[in-house]
Amino acid sequence: MAERAYEPVIGLEIHVQLSTRTKMFCGCALSFGEEPNTRTCPVCLGLPGSLPVVNAEAIHYGLMIGMALGCEPAPRSIFHRKNYFYPDLPKGYQVSQYDIPLARDGRLGDIRIHRVHLEEDAAKLVHAGASGRIHSAEASVVDFNRGGTPLVEIVTEPDVRSAAQAAEWLRLLRVTLRQLGVSDVNMDEGSLRCDANVSIRPAGEATLGVKTELKNMNSFRFLERGVDAEIARQEELLRAGEPVVQETLHYDPRSGAISSLRSKEEAHDYRYFPEPDLVPVAPTEEMLERARNALPELPAQRAERFESEHSLPASAARLLAFRTELGDFFEATVAADGDADPRAIANWVTGELLAHLGEADPGESNVEPAAFARLVAMVANGKVAGSAAKDVLAAMVENGGDPAEIVEERGLGKAEEGELAAIVERAMADQPDAVEKIRAGNDKAVGAIMGPVMRETKGRADGAEVQRLIRERL
Amino acid sequence: MTAELLELTAAAAAERVRAGEVSSDELFEFWRERAAGDDLNAFLWRADGPADVAPAPDAPLGGVPLAIKDLFCTEGVPSAAGSRILEGYRPPYTATAVQRLAEAGAPLLGKTNMDEFAMGSSNENSGFGPVKNPWDRTRVPGGSSGGSAAAVAAGLAPWAIGTDTGGSIRQPAALCGVVGLKPTYGAVSRYGMIAFASSLDQAGPLTRDVTDSALLLRHMVGRDPCDSTSTGMPEEVRLPTAESLEGLRFGVPPELTGEGIEAGVREVFEATLKRIEDLGGAVEEVALPHSSQGISAYYVIAPAEASANLARFDGVRYGIRKGDGDLLSLYEETREAGFGAEVKRRIMLGTYALSSGYYDAYYGRAQRVRTKIADDFRAAFEKVDLIVTPTTPTVAFPLGEKTGDPLAMYLNDFCTVPMPLAGIPAISIPGGLSEGLPVGMQLAGPAFSENRILDAAHALERSIGFDGSPGLV
Repeated sequence: MAERAYEPVIGLEIHVQLSTRTKMFCGCALSFGEEPNTRTCPVCLGLPGSLPVVNAEAIHYGLMIGMALGCEPAPRSIFHRKNYFYPDLPKGYQVSQYDIPLARDGRLGDIRIHRVHLEEDAAKLVHAGASGRIHSAEASVVDFNRGGTPLVEIVTEPDVRSAAQAAEWLRLLRVTLRQLGVSDVNMDEGSLRCDANVSIRPAGEATLGVKTELKNMNSFRFLERGVDAEIARQEELLRAGEPVVQETLHYDPRSGAISSLRSKEEAHDYRYFPEPDLVPVAPTEEMLERARNALPELPAQRAERFESEHSLPASAARLLAFRTELGDFFEATVAADGDADPRAIANWVTGELLAHLGEADPGESNVEPAAFARLVAMVANGKVAGSAAKDVLAAMVENGGDPAEIVEERGLGKAEEGELAAIVERAMADQPDAVEKIRAGNDKAVGAIMGPVMRETKGRADGAEVQRLIRERL
Repeated sequence: MTAELLELTAAAAAERVRAGEVSSDELFEFWRERAAGDDLNAFLWRADGPADVAPAPDAPLGGVPLAIKDLFCTEGVPSAAGSRILEGYRPPYTATAVQRLAEAGAPLLGKTNMDEFAMGSSNENSGFGPVKNPWDRTRVPGGSSGGSAAAVAAGLAPWAIGTDTGGSIRQPAALCGVVGLKPTYGAVSRYGMIAFASSLDQAGPLTRDVTDSALLLRHMVGRDPCDSTSTGMPEEVRLPTAESLEGLRFGVPPELTGEGIEAGVREVFEATLKRIEDLGGAVEEVALPHSSQGISAYYVIAPAEASANLARFDGVRYGIRKGDGDLLSLYEETREAGFGAEVKRRIMLGTYALSSGYYDAYYGRAQRVRTKIADDFRAAFEKVDLIVTPTTPTVAFPLGEKTGDPLAMYLNDFCTVPMPLAGIPAISIPGGLSEGLPVGMQLAGPAFSENRILDAAHALERSIGFDGSPGLV
């Protein structure tokens, strides 16, 4: 009997550190690696008698995120206290949102958004001792610099069906948030953090299986691997006739191992209740308007526009739109020269230029958009052959400059037909066997003549033209 | 001269300073010596030299020194909220209300004893020993602002501030024969007040008379950007001048003035009602149907908030630290050693009330009762201008009498608890004596009606002519 197929059902919880000037509930500047405990005050240290005051910029950013994700902002959202003891939580509770979040019910791409809410980050614990974890630490110290950093938590509906989809969607979310300019969205540094709720069910069934919560996947790769590992673990359990137990799991990216942090029975009772030190957040029409006006064109919209406005294929449009800096360079190039076909520009940006620059921002490179536009136009007009144009671009990446001048300096201009014909004839005379084979219908033999021609012209010849000249002389 | 200074109200002393008849240094020194003679355990800390900052010559509070309840944070000065868990803690900042008063010319004289974290009605829950009532040293001064009330009553301080959550200003004021005012919630900033129950806590004055109360209040109120729930007052607090109650309607709620009020207190209360009519006021019955549920609602809401507010005392950053190096023992042993029995009781009550599965039955329900109590007051103030009740059901009771019976202790707040639940202001003024002990009369009004309350209290005070001296030495 065939093995039963299971369908994964995945929901994501994403924490985003906002790049506001100051912390969520006090006037301390956000910390970027300062000496420990230098960005603190009575409020973020939880000193007796101190009181929180909501950061208006954090609300603005939160509303922008909510709107960018298509959510409805709540007319009056409420802060709650989430109570638990831990040394990185100075008040013994986290000020978060609970039953009435800042915004809810949206969508990004294929995934529905359940809610978007504001809260404060915990401080950072440093454990002295071999394991680096609290249980076997010789001593632990707390750095409160991070404590109170504004966080937005984004919770999706359980719409994700694979680990790969989870990672791809998280990339879309990251580029969207980056475009909003509300966060550094850096997974290594923890300004973007993702947990996954994972369950599986027999394919075709509607009821949900028992879910587990997988924590600590601090890269796209680890998210994908962690979720895949958890899906495999659950499948193995169910195939063996054993139940999946609801628990919180820790994924160790080094070993790939999944271990239990706490079971359902050990789950905290957070005893949420409305934070009496704060008043409800009731965004005025002005605040909503300001957030709406601050929304830039978002990556998903930009990809659609590239497809419709410039007739780009979907894959190129998404690549350009989801890497904001590539999209910006593409648009600057299109704007610089009306002659070049945007599709050709897109090809050159996503192909050759990307190969040269990798993760670097072309806007910061030596390549001027206008010069780049001229190069693409020169290829289109036959002024420079494709292969020579690659050398020109390499020179531009290296030192900048104008493509026409580089062509001139290096003699990379397209070979004239007379010159080229002579070279072709010489090559044919040198390879009579190959000529015979071509005559007999073996097209592959063309290569034996093309090679020497291209070598001699140093790439200045156009391949199609060389082909034509060979065939004319058969 | 010195004996004369003791007789002066704070407002009168401030006048003398402004008139150049006495220097603020001299005044401070006089009161420092008075405080040094504290044999009531009213102070936990006293200034040991001249005031840090000399008040401006024309400062409205004239340099009259102020006794401050131990739960206000005062920079560099011990602020332990009456708790062993904060023993020796010196905050790096000063509470807004204290700061405002200092700027208006009231320097810090000392920190007064109190029930630990303001949880108590007798001062017997202080981590530093109970305060004695100056009228009878075998009796309690009330609580939780018992040190402030006793200090003012005994002439150890010219005036004081305290905080009121369920009656913690008004009840000790009543039991010590001084004036205590709990302002409208939000009128005074809570920033720097070590929190007990955040939605109820409010700072206010404890003074010899109503004018002093108004003067202190005037310089405490104001919206504070550090306290999101602070609103300030819509109008300036005026010094009261009224001598008549003409045109004012006084409501007597049977729910707060019937059963449980002892005979001597009832007598003073009835005499007060008669006096109100003599002064031209009208007295009528007005219903507060849900106010008798106040204690029940209060003892769910306040402990619930307290259970979270007191979670920060974990031995990590300040106060005492116990335990053997393991995280759980750090928490357990620090809190076991640092908190007193009543604080532990309320933390457990509050934790239970907020627990999953019980929240609606306790916290949710208590909040609904709270709303109904506030609605009752709103309806009542459609009919009357002020509500009048005894402040407490009894006079000061003997030390140790109720310590074994928390419920009996809680019931002492029966008349004072509904007002903070509704967020409205109320004052307690001495109405007379019963068995040689002071009896407090309470006037409550709608939100931000402090001026109306102070005027009426002033007229009554003038008429009563209470001799505030418990036999001053």
